[in-house]
Amino acid sequence: MAAIPISYIARNLFARKLTTVLTAGGMALVVYVFATVLMLAAGLEETLIATGQPDNVIVIRRGAQTEVQSGVDRASAAIVETLPGIATGQDGQRLLSKEPVVLISLPKRETGNASNVVIRGVTEKGLVLRPQVKIVEGRMFRPGTSEIIAGRAIAQGFRGAGIGETLRFAQRDWTVVGVFDAGRTGFNSEIWGDAEQLLQAFRRLGFSALIFRLADQNRFDAMKQAIEGDQRLQLEVKPEQRFYADQSEGLSKFISYLGTTISIIFSIGAIIGAMITMYASVASRTSEIGTLRALGFSRTAILIAFLGESLLLGLVGGVVGLAAASFMQMVPISTTNFQTFSEIAFTFTLTPLIVVASLAFAVFMGFVGGFLPAARAARLSIVDALRAA
Amino acid sequence: MFIPFLVLRNTLRHKLRTTLTMVGIVVAILAFGLLRTVVDAWYAGAEATSSARLISRNAISLVFSLPLNYQQKLRQIPGVSSVAGANWFGGVYITESNFFPQFAIDGAGFLDMYPEFRIPDAERKAFLLDRQGVIVGRKLADKYGWKIGDQIPIRGTIYPGTWTFTLRGIYDGADAKVDETQFFFHWALLNEKIKQLYPRRADNVGWYVIEIKDPSQAAEISQRIDATFKNSLAETLTETEKAFQLGFVAMTEAILVAIQAVSYVIVVIIMAVMANTMAMTARERYSEYATMKAIGFSNGFVAFLIFAESMTIAIVGGLLGILGTFPVAAWFGGAMSQIFPVFIVSEETIVLQMGAALLVGLVAALIPAWRAARVRIVDGLRAVA
Repeated sequence: MAAIPISYIARNLFARKLTTVLTAGGMALVVYVFATVLMLAAGLEETLIATGQPDNVIVIRRGAQTEVQSGVDRASAAIVETLPGIATGQDGQRLLSKEPVVLISLPKRETGNASNVVIRGVTEKGLVLRPQVKIVEGRMFRPGTSEIIAGRAIAQGFRGAGIGETLRFAQRDWTVVGVFDAGRTGFNSEIWGDAEQLLQAFRRLGFSALIFRLADQNRFDAMKQAIEGDQRLQLEVKPEQRFYADQSEGLSKFISYLGTTISIIFSIGAIIGAMITMYASVASRTSEIGTLRALGFSRTAILIAFLGESLLLGLVGGVVGLAAASFMQMVPISTTNFQTFSEIAFTFTLTPLIVVASLAFAVFMGFVGGFLPAARAARLSIVDALRAA
Repeated sequence: MFIPFLVLRNTLRHKLRTTLTMVGIVVAILAFGLLRTVVDAWYAGAEATSSARLISRNAISLVFSLPLNYQQKLRQIPGVSSVAGANWFGGVYITESNFFPQFAIDGAGFLDMYPEFRIPDAERKAFLLDRQGVIVGRKLADKYGWKIGDQIPIRGTIYPGTWTFTLRGIYDGADAKVDETQFFFHWALLNEKIKQLYPRRADNVGWYVIEIKDPSQAAEISQRIDATFKNSLAETLTETEKAFQLGFVAMTEAILVAIQAVSYVIVVIIMAVMANTMAMTARERYSEYATMKAIGFSNGFVAFLIFAESMTIAIVGGLLGILGTFPVAAWFGGAMSQIFPVFIVSEETIVLQMGAALLVGLVAALIPAWRAARVRIVDGLRAVA
């Protein structure tokens, strides 16, 4: 039993250009939406997961979900600082950073709409704990002054946050003396200043969170028990990666749920388009099908040929849609994460999984759209088909 | 009578194809309407505001509070008729997934300013008399099956500990635009507990709601308020309630723009599907069109036939899609009531849906009609589909 050559299948698509373009175009749009939404969710997750370091631990007040909600007073911070199990740095001091974290409302450069930006008070230790942060423009702030440094996304996106500009909050003017790049992490959407200066300016007595590095990564559980079991402390301990990953959950779930629902609804439209095209293709080639059957091609061969045509249609749409979606990687996105109520910048990220899922989705649309018409083609009887005009 | 009949017969010639195309349009118009409603729901908070209310908050950001003594100073500002404070509580009911907004409010003063929350007098009185009392929206009470007198435990994230409230009243919205998923309790209770736990954080208010006598004076009064507290420890930022709510919308602008863009993509997709149908239909009938022209019908008439067929499918599909939007929106709004407390299909959405259907019908027929009108009689008669 011979199979119908693939070139025959491909040339059928080529013969009716307008129809092929319209049908594949519809599918391409669906795949484009499907892929971009997944890329958006993946980008957000990746950014927040990359924000945490594997051996860093964050300590916040029990029950708090974000650093901004949390509060750790100085006495508790001192107790945690003396616990064994915290790594020591090159200078022999413990690698623990006590950080105040607050939100300030800043206008965006383009629209002037205000959004909440995280401002974090750090010390030298804070920088050692986050090796991914590099000053790319200007210099580090001098401790004990009203100088601040801004993450790249903030420096670009918000008024007064660029290098050399000043921001006014908490009754002081703060000069931006440097811009830092933290790779694809959430720190790019933060402003950093001297911890003690910020505490004074905001009239806070306590810190928001403690971040430290474990001397031994496997000792996390013991450390957790030591802090959470201490009657004097009302604190909660989380690995930094887990902490940031949790913060992406709400928004990325929202994006992927909404996106998947939309894609499924859209795919109904595209499947119908493929079905109409394939039915027409079968109808206009009825006598041709009869000839093929008379030549000895089996019903299965006919079924495969028409299904193949539809799958190819889907694949073309999928590749075009995916190619268009991959360009979205150049578009930066900045929005408010409603879990932390603060601005987060991220990019569309194309992962191998998304490529596979998008193409599979496209081929699936082709399959569903092409199956019934292909079955009809295969069921035609030779005599009737040959007689059809 | 003859022409509509001809169009109808043409439309029904390929029943399967027409049905499929129509289903496509129904789905697309439905999805378009749903997405438009999602966008509207985003703005629902801003829509339900009153122009007679201003919101004054700490200029640094909402995370910072304002001192309690501002209340007296605000009352003295000319043009202000009443002032009430409120705090965001940010608690969790049983698990994180049960999100609803909780506010600590300045009892009677706050409720007086929001006449759109309709509470029976007896329930209102019971709430005001009970320090642990709470008033919740109808939707929220229905969702969790709360009844008057129930104890509701909330775990604080900003204010630690488990807080237990007694349900004293359920409010109904004056119209469908009012958010019925809110939870109000006494600010005095919150302050009392904070005083015990963190004396320094006590006597602070998240933001003040300010009622003004003349809404047209909103801008001047806002400036007056902010000028009063300029260079103090807690500078204020005062704006109308609407601007305040729109501020939240603007924060998630990127997502909103994406949804809006996507809602138009679906129209484009269905345009491609419909155009494809019409192109195929016309191609199959070239010889018929040529015959009609040979008999003496004009080019315009042939084009008109294609347009009429395309518009018939689009209009019927569009109407069915609009009809379907209501039950689907009701179901979707119920499932997503946590994120979108107010989810109503607006008149504007319906008009846009119908407009989109007409546009699809029109655009889809353009190329086929142009081709059919131009086909030469000789070629058309010779054409094989």
